[in-house]
Amino acid sequence: MKIKGIFRRKSDALDKQQHRRHMLYTWGRRSWSIIRGVIIAGICFLIIYPTLVKLSVSFMPEKDIYDVTVRYVPKSPTFENYKTVYKAMKYPTAFLNTLKLCALTSIMQLISCTLIGYGFARFKFRGRNTLFALVILTMIVPPQTLMLPLYLHFQSFDIFGIISAITGGKGGIRLLDSYWPFILMSATGMGLKNGLYIYIMRQFFRGMPKELEEAAYVDGAGMLRTFVQIMLPSAVPGMVTIFLFSFVWQWTDTFFSNLFLQNTKVLASALSNVTFEITQDIYRETGVNVALSPAISSMYSNTASLIVILPLLILYLFAQKRFVESIERTGIVG
Amino acid sequence: MKTPAMTGKALKAAAVPKKKKKGLNLSRKRAMMGYLFVLPFIIGLITFFMVPMVKSVIFSFNRLDVVEGGYKLTPMGLENYRKMFFSDVNYTRNLTDALLYMVTNVPLILIFSFFAANLLNQKYRGRSLARAIFFLPVILTSGVMLVVESGDLLQSSYGIAQPDTQEGAFRAVELARLLLQTRLSTRFIDYIISAVDRIYDIVSMSGVQILIFLAGLQSIPPSLFEASNIEGATGWENFWKITFPMVSPLILVNTVYTIIDTLTNSTNAVMDQIDTVAFGRMDFGLSSAMALVYFFAIFAVVGIVVWLVSKLVFYYE
Repeated sequence: MKIKGIFRRKSDALDKQQHRRHMLYTWGRRSWSIIRGVIIAGICFLIIYPTLVKLSVSFMPEKDIYDVTVRYVPKSPTFENYKTVYKAMKYPTAFLNTLKLCALTSIMQLISCTLIGYGFARFKFRGRNTLFALVILTMIVPPQTLMLPLYLHFQSFDIFGIISAITGGKGGIRLLDSYWPFILMSATGMGLKNGLYIYIMRQFFRGMPKELEEAAYVDGAGMLRTFVQIMLPSAVPGMVTIFLFSFVWQWTDTFFSNLFLQNTKVLASALSNVTFEITQDIYRETGVNVALSPAISSMYSNTASLIVILPLLILYLFAQKRFVESIERTGIVG
Repeated sequence: MKTPAMTGKALKAAAVPKKKKKGLNLSRKRAMMGYLFVLPFIIGLITFFMVPMVKSVIFSFNRLDVVEGGYKLTPMGLENYRKMFFSDVNYTRNLTDALLYMVTNVPLILIFSFFAANLLNQKYRGRSLARAIFFLPVILTSGVMLVVESGDLLQSSYGIAQPDTQEGAFRAVELARLLLQTRLSTRFIDYIISAVDRIYDIVSMSGVQILIFLAGLQSIPPSLFEASNIEGATGWENFWKITFPMVSPLILVNTVYTIIDTLTNSTNAVMDQIDTVAFGRMDFGLSSAMALVYFFAIFAVVGIVVWLVSKLVFYYE
């Protein structure tokens, strides 16, 4: 009896201790989840806030901008800004040009970087490490270093004098103002930030189990067939990631598009010139040479940047699920 | 008695080269396939990287004039380099500014992206929404968007911190007061406050880094955590003894990526200057020289950092 009593008391104390510990634990967890929620909400707000500001400004008429009582909600919302900007940017043509350019380059980059990444990940050949170091080197070199030679290169494009031999010594062909510079550079893994894509794909393929391929070889599939039928379907998440990256970065790139496309308008270059184009439009209509005030030109460029980014946001909305999913499977390990 | 042994030996002798040859063939075949897969890169490397690079070096020692149907080079020796360092007022200052900006920003971006990746890796409701929003800056602040946003009047009047304006809702005045009372060194406090002030810059430059860290976090085998939990390790210990070493290779990767990203950003003053010298002043030789020096500076920085960080990296295998 006595022994039993002691035993019970002891276990009661133990229970109490355990209970306290448990309470501490759950409270700790609960407070952490509240703090975490606040932090995440804060960062999300920080990210979205500038775009919300842009959105509210884009609906303001000129007088609302100067009105101190107007902060976020315009007093008399208007679509005028959108109309002006739409016209000044020649949006439909610029949009189609950009879409064509981005679709072409990102598909080419997708193909080339997947192939190159697989080559680096799964095959042993002499000079592999040196070549891969060169991939990193292409990332380090600022595009400005290569811009002049590339410009001149595409001004009269030639491969070892073959083309000039065919055309009869007139020099190469002019590829500027066409999509060819982009296609050629993307197909050879030299486009915008392609070093990063090659790196991502290489890590992706390295993270896949070797047994997958070995099984395919044992079953008598060749190397090409193994790649196409076994490896590619499993690499889709990684490919979605680099496709999205290359599409987005090409869409907003002004460097290469200003360099190679001088007469073809794309959205990015239209955006950087939008205020100039608007003054030109006003001049054409009224014959008056006006200078836009800083606030107004800022309003126009914010509105313009919204309609430039809108297609990307729609794309992201659709690709987002695959993209976020893909992270769980990318398995990038240095 | 001798004959079977002989034949055995002969057989062995015949078999060995055959086997060896076959093995060599396979590995050679795989090597050939490897070259085939990498071939596009080799072509691109030569035509769109090495040749332009060599040309750029040649241009930097010359004066380049655009003439009818091409260009003309006039040798100038080291004149362009002399001009860049000794008579151009902006170049060296821009260069040091860019490097300083990089040195202050890279640690902040790395810490933030690692923290954010850890947040996004935990389980809670609305996680996929949070992830979708955290990667939005990859779209929202890429290329031309960043150029439009930087120094934009309305954006700064709405309190989105701009590097060169003094006002804004996100300015950390209260925090500054609080920190000044702790009597830490003022330089440290300045750094913290400037970090808080530039939080939007830092968040918007962390998209890719978060992605890479998150992928790394998810590739840590869960069994490691299970084992350490059974041994009674706390979350804190788990973090430093498992999570941190396991993602340390990615710290190296992200450091290199962040350095390159901040230094080759389109809003960078040096990049801007190289552009204007080439297409504004039409001084192509000088522009090539500037670009080359800048490249070597980046190369040196990346080299030093890789050497330093790679000592801390732990490879699990």
